[in-house]
Amino acid sequence: MAGERRWVGAPVPRKEDAALLTGNARFIDDLEPVAGLRHAAILRSPHAHARIKRIDVARAAALPGVYGVFTGADVAGLINPIPSAVRAPIRNYPIAVDKVRYMGEPVAVAVALDRYIAEDAIDLIAVDYETLTPIVDPEAAMAKDSPLVHEEVGSNVVHRRGFRYGDPESAFAEADLVLALRSKYPRYSSTPMETYGVIANFERQPERYTIWANFQGPFILHALMSASLKLPGNRVRIITPPASGGSFGIKQAVYGYMVLLAAVSRLAGAPVKWIEDRLEHLMGSSCAADRADRIEAAFKKDGELTGLRFMNLVNVGAFVRAPEPASVYRMQASANGCYRVKNIFIENVLAVTNQLPVGLNRGYGGPQFYFALERMMDLAARKLGLDIAEIRRRNFIRAEEFPYHAPAGSHYDSGDYHAGLAECLRLADYDSLKRARDEARAAGKLFGIGMAAGVEPSGSNMAYVTLAQTPDERAKAGAKSGALAVATISIDPSGAVTVRTASTPNGQGHATVAAQIVADALGIDFKDVSVVTEIDTLTSAWSLASGNYANRFASIVVTAIAEASRRVAEKIRVIAADQLEVAPEDVELVGGNARVVGVPEKSLPIRRVATQAHWHPAGLPEGVSPGIYETAIFSPPSLGAPDASERVASSLTYGYVIDLAAVEIDRETGRIEVKKYVSVHDVGTVLNPLVVEGQIYGGFAHGIGAAFLEEMVYDANGSFQSGTFADYLCVTAPEMPKLIVGHIMTPSPTNPLGSKGMGDGSSMLTPAVIGNAVSDALGIEDLTLPLTLNKTWDLANGREHHRATVARPRVGAAEPGIGAGALTGSGTVELTAPPAEIFQLLLDPTFLAAVVPGCRELTLIGPDRYVAEVTIGVAGIKGVYSATMEIRDKRAPESLRLVGRAQGALGSGSGEGRVRLAPSATGGTVLHYDYAADVGGKIAAVGSRMIGSVARVLIGQFFRGLDRKLAAGKESGDDATSSQRSFLARIFGGDKK
Amino acid sequence: MLRRKPGEKHRIELTVNGRRMAGHAEPRMLLVDFLRHELRLYGTHVGCEHGVCGACTVIIDGRATRSCVRYAVQCDGAEIRTVEGLAAGEDLNALQQAFSRHAALQCGFCTAGILMSVTQFLAETPRPTEAQVRDMLSGHICRCTGYEGMVRAILEVAHSSAEA
Repeated sequence: MAGERRWVGAPVPRKEDAALLTGNARFIDDLEPVAGLRHAAILRSPHAHARIKRIDVARAAALPGVYGVFTGADVAGLINPIPSAVRAPIRNYPIAVDKVRYMGEPVAVAVALDRYIAEDAIDLIAVDYETLTPIVDPEAAMAKDSPLVHEEVGSNVVHRRGFRYGDPESAFAEADLVLALRSKYPRYSSTPMETYGVIANFERQPERYTIWANFQGPFILHALMSASLKLPGNRVRIITPPASGGSFGIKQAVYGYMVLLAAVSRLAGAPVKWIEDRLEHLMGSSCAADRADRIEAAFKKDGELTGLRFMNLVNVGAFVRAPEPASVYRMQASANGCYRVKNIFIENVLAVTNQLPVGLNRGYGGPQFYFALERMMDLAARKLGLDIAEIRRRNFIRAEEFPYHAPAGSHYDSGDYHAGLAECLRLADYDSLKRARDEARAAGKLFGIGMAAGVEPSGSNMAYVTLAQTPDERAKAGAKSGALAVATISIDPSGAVTVRTASTPNGQGHATVAAQIVADALGIDFKDVSVVTEIDTLTSAWSLASGNYANRFASIVVTAIAEASRRVAEKIRVIAADQLEVAPEDVELVGGNARVVGVPEKSLPIRRVATQAHWHPAGLPEGVSPGIYETAIFSPPSLGAPDASERVASSLTYGYVIDLAAVEIDRETGRIEVKKYVSVHDVGTVLNPLVVEGQIYGGFAHGIGAAFLEEMVYDANGSFQSGTFADYLCVTAPEMPKLIVGHIMTPSPTNPLGSKGMGDGSSMLTPAVIGNAVSDALGIEDLTLPLTLNKTWDLANGREHHRATVARPRVGAAEPGIGAGALTGSGTVELTAPPAEIFQLLLDPTFLAAVVPGCRELTLIGPDRYVAEVTIGVAGIKGVYSATMEIRDKRAPESLRLVGRAQGALGSGSGEGRVRLAPSATGGTVLHYDYAADVGGKIAAVGSRMIGSVARVLIGQFFRGLDRKLAAGKESGDDATSSQRSFLARIFGGDKK
Repeated sequence: MLRRKPGEKHRIELTVNGRRMAGHAEPRMLLVDFLRHELRLYGTHVGCEHGVCGACTVIIDGRATRSCVRYAVQCDGAEIRTVEGLAAGEDLNALQQAFSRHAALQCGFCTAGILMSVTQFLAETPRPTEAQVRDMLSGHICRCTGYEGMVRAILEVAHSSAEA
């Protein structure tokens, strides 16, 4: 490396920005890489759990502009299931075959001239489902008599392993204080603003799939995709677009769709493009696993933490998609956190349920881990009468102990946690903050302070995932290890410098930082370095760890860049030395020149020296190869396979984060005001402060979202309820608390720059810090996130909070005895016709078809049984529903009961209602109705409040129509009453949407 | 009220970034799809297609508008500004430069819409408070930045143009 750092460490604005700020950057949906693209739309399951009895694609396939409609059976005939790290006999196809196992699972794919037609086509696909009992709760899923997500497995528990490090039994036996804490952590997603996008093209001669996708890696998944597509790796070409609109881990899971669209391209005989919409993304892409964990801790009287037990229960959703079960193993080697504790027991259990399969998400396993461990530390401090800072100070690994060998295998590279803590307390003005708490409490206010500290493992060793296997299984499968990073630097015949990183960033600024490193190494200007970060697996240098995850850029990829730079610099020095007639070690690269050390006037432009390697190879010094093209492939040698006692060095660098928050809770509104938030980070050498700050603020926003707002909610039927950005709430600018950031810098010895991976840290710690502060304010230990206004109000006012999964949309208060549907309502209307007449009209199908808004057909199929086809739109989502209705318990002219089911591409519903008729004082009728219905599918996902309000609107419309008809005269009175039926049809059929 | 037949394509003429343009759209075609796929202006991005995230915001006749909840046929004759029209030639304008300087973007996917909202906002509110800026930004979702850089960039631009 050149000695001087001119660019590394400077707040250099990013190379990426100009294209992004002018609308010039190209994302996957902006690409048309081959002519003749067709567009795909995916029909998804409206049910959490159902058997597919029949799929009729005839009407869809006949629609003009449609090139083909393909089902799971078509796709399964072409590909293998995608392999998984868990050995259970689960057949994971990227589209449902025989059975649907989560709402949103792909069921069929339509390929058409454009996306509008493709979406029309999926509305015309008829699927006959036999619904099965949904498995929603992971704890209930473990019961012996639970229905099964995968019958072949024989259980919903698909993985269970226990681990013991040190001597946890003795630690707990000899403890002065043993504490236990339940740690439930919700399911959420970092929802990148750009959704998934895939373009797939199958070619013959040779048979090859080319797949463009905003995939982020890890490219170990390329091997799985090849296996599934039944072709060798060089026939599955993956190309990432120049720009990717965020990921935070989520775009790892696009690989299932890459396989699906590749197969569909082959079936359709054409290149196919699929751009996911937001509703699909929320219900059908990926998310972090929700957990139902339990942590136990053993303490000595003086606060020393001597033992930990983790009982982790992971809800992986319907399939164990690679790299799961990695999320629960990511933190295992660092299960001691920042502490000196040696004795640790860990049990990891994976349960499958009828929910979206989980995958990478910012912090990957870290937020869940720290929510347990760090809440335990604050709890222990309170129980032991220690300050929350003091208990950490007493347990922190000391600065002189680094590098530190953690009990479960991590090698902590460097750090000074005590310095970080001191800085955090200083920035927080901790003593006056505690006084403020005393004063607030004296004034009757709810004020709390919470802390959390944690390491940020970065640069993952592929081997940690193999902890999911027993040592025997690992031995059989062959050892795995490493974290290969690749970088190529070339100087072309014009003298231009190009860096290729194969790091597939999703917005972090890799190109900028790579250019900073290379500019320093070659003594050239930052602007003279071009960087290519995307991958083409057929032409790029890459390996299985390539990609963008686990903070690997600043921990490992930078080493490959530095090594390739070193080689290029060395070559330039050797060529320059020959021309300058000095030894290579006497040549330095500065300011774009190769010059003799101490004799600055003896110099040559680097560009001129470098181009000689192309233009005049015969003139190169002996032993110097022509051209300048250096590829460095690096894997840290310390990242080995798990040892016999299941210890593994799971990451390369361990930055750390120490956070403190103070909150005040308003009893009246449930609002939690963050009065102060301090976050101290040690990321080793800061390569670019702008980039580092951006990651800290961004990670903090994810942490705040997780703490207060974000949750993917499923109801008791497994219907997804958070299907729009109006229902799944992301943090916006006014909700962001002020953040005070501090830095400690202990350079990492693991790479030549001293940098550590970063980006996840705040997202891992913030939920725990807020949890602790709220817990302190309320004096409540058992908290679950998100701390919404409703939940916090309940907690602050001593009420039991009903989880959002149980709280359902309510249109009005239903009377008891009508059932417990998700959608309930009731009301009373006065009509001018007498009850007998109204009752008769309610039974008359002839008029119903005419007056039910959106009713295309209404057919009598038996005594008091009808089939209707209705079109209903909710907030711009219009769909056709097929409804069956039955009238039961007729007691003319007083009451009747209606039972119905409706199904359409956008969702399904079932329910029942009661209608009671009584004579009014004016000779008319007082009609009372109440109903209860369950709604599923996209329509349920787009939001309870829309469904509720649409139901109200339709009821209103119906009665207005009815009144008009009645007023229009006797001969049209029949019409009027039939419109009343239409209202019922809508209630029980389509109107639930 | 103007009625349009479903399935039939209509000719739409409008001004985009000062240039007269024309294309065809079915009544159901969203403005954002028309801009991207008919006029081939890919700078405007689709984030949610249901009017919440703000990524697709453009300025229509002087109003910042989500182009995913507007039909193209509604915009016949309109004057539209998109992100492609912000820079002066190859030079970034003051707002774009400030966004870069303050790390107000990372992946940049939401940025086009935010720049358009801010452009209109600053035209109407040349000297905003931080609270006003944050309130305006609440119409947008950015998952990368935590909004901090944006707030700083917008306040700086407002401050410097107020001084000028």
